[in-house]
Amino acid sequence: MAQTLDQLLDLVQQRLVALWPAPWQPWVAAFLGAAAIVATFGGLFALTTWLERKGLARIQNRLGPNRVGPYGLLQPIADGLKMLTKEDIVPRAADQWIHFLAPILKVVPVLLAYSVIPFGRHLVALDLEAGLLFFFAVGSATEIAVFMAGWGSRNKYSLLGAMRAIAQLISYEVPLVLSAVSVVLVAGTLSLPAIVDSQAGHGWAGLANWHVFTPWGLAGFVLFMIAATAKTNRSPFDLPEGESEIIAGHMVEYSGFKYALFYLGEYLSLFAISGVGITLFLGGWRAPVAWLDWVPSYLWFGAKLLGCIAVFIWLRGTMPRLRADQLMNFAWKFMLPMSLVTLVAAAMWHATATWTFPGAGLWRWVLGAALLLLPYRALSRSLTQRGRLGPRRYRFAD
Amino acid sequence: MFGAGLLKGLAETARNFVGSYHDPARLPTVEYPERRLELPENARVFPFLVYDGADPERGLRCVACKICEKECPPQCIYIVLERDERGKPQKHPRVFDLDISVCMSCQICVEVCPFDAIRMDTAFEWSTPDRFGGLLLHKTDLAKPNRYYHQIHPTEAAETDARLAAEQAKAEAKAKAQAKPKAAPPQPAATPAAATP
Repeated sequence: MAQTLDQLLDLVQQRLVALWPAPWQPWVAAFLGAAAIVATFGGLFALTTWLERKGLARIQNRLGPNRVGPYGLLQPIADGLKMLTKEDIVPRAADQWIHFLAPILKVVPVLLAYSVIPFGRHLVALDLEAGLLFFFAVGSATEIAVFMAGWGSRNKYSLLGAMRAIAQLISYEVPLVLSAVSVVLVAGTLSLPAIVDSQAGHGWAGLANWHVFTPWGLAGFVLFMIAATAKTNRSPFDLPEGESEIIAGHMVEYSGFKYALFYLGEYLSLFAISGVGITLFLGGWRAPVAWLDWVPSYLWFGAKLLGCIAVFIWLRGTMPRLRADQLMNFAWKFMLPMSLVTLVAAAMWHATATWTFPGAGLWRWVLGAALLLLPYRALSRSLTQRGRLGPRRYRFAD
Repeated sequence: MFGAGLLKGLAETARNFVGSYHDPARLPTVEYPERRLELPENARVFPFLVYDGADPERGLRCVACKICEKECPPQCIYIVLERDERGKPQKHPRVFDLDISVCMSCQICVEVCPFDAIRMDTAFEWSTPDRFGGLLLHKTDLAKPNRYYHQIHPTEAAETDARLAAEQAKAEAKAKAQAKPKAAPPQPAATPAAATP
């Protein structure tokens, strides 16, 4: 029974594909997978806008949307209708084609990136050998979309926002990929389903062997999530958008459906990157403890994804926006060294995997934690003492 | 240590989030159209006309003296005196209009009124699709019973009523005192009372 439930989506797809003649079947299977991904994550986008507005409202001691439908649940539909019925304005000076293509290019690569994420047992659209590489390669294409939007609009705020966005996205790509590389180093594969398999089994006290339960994995996960926040333009790293200073940045000349597409792309990339973070560090679709294995795998993935989304909303409700120089300092002076240190700690963990003497597990933990905490301490001390990340000192205004 | 402040901030927002579900101090919103806060007693929005008794036309305290019209800083009051068929003034307004799109709620009309006829109302839901006619209040819209005045400003209304009753008693006593010695001459008793309004 549990087996059937777990494979329910696969079985449905097989039944539907079997209805078609043999030469068409691969195409139908691909189409079904793509349709399911677009429908699921499109729906999740709608749900997340509601969750985000409600969550932020509660954090700010408000009630949030509660007028459209029960608990305001139909608010995304109202928002969508409003977006669709708005006039689509293209500035006369804009580069028509680039302005038109940018929102599409923002969404399509993200949807492509979903194809390699394993959402459940055997539930992956495209089981690529180098899936992780594919994910990051395709995900980077959205940076071009952002710059196209900024450049094509021919507006100084658009261009400023796009410049900021490019600087930020490229800077945070480095720690993002480096923290993912530490997982690749330990798992020895770039295929995402294989990485999930490398976290199979249960260790001490019945806890799963997820990478996040190791010293380097925890650090890597935190670094990955911080970099993901920056990569998906979310607060506190939302200064490419920066409503208060450059009025939505590269999106300032967009309206109506194209503007909605930018938001769709942003949220979809958030889900995709959370999905990869889950796959890399949180054991993908695996249950945290052995006696919960009967719950269908895709439900575990969904629960973890919602948890990640909740954390992102929580962060957005807490952190103020960074300044551009703080952002860059943080990326190059803190995130990059720390992700390199994490890589070293992961290498140590991998090298000591063959230790068998009594107390080896404890020693590995102590070594790994020391390898991470000492550089962290030194880094934070040097950064705060030299005033590089501390409060701003004004040279002339004092 | 680096990052401790971030964790502190996250804890604070989490307290807000959880507290908003059970702690009224962390969710002070009152959902207005369904539930509303009670207005403070001294709340004031736009003026209204007080009338005594049951008839809003005859019980109106206003005598159309036009003091409020002249004192009104934005000049939002318009009064026309009632005259009978022979053209005699009637101590009653035929027209009393108040443009609330102009009124600035200063309460000067209330302060200058010698008859306690105009008072500040607390009704504030005046939105209308017609910005000219809908915001111009006529005598019929403005006349509200003394009972209503007691409801919205109990202390002030009680004070006004007590003062009015005392003044009336005093006037009656004076009239009686004047009426007694002048009972013999055929002069009508109403003349001195009418001369001092």
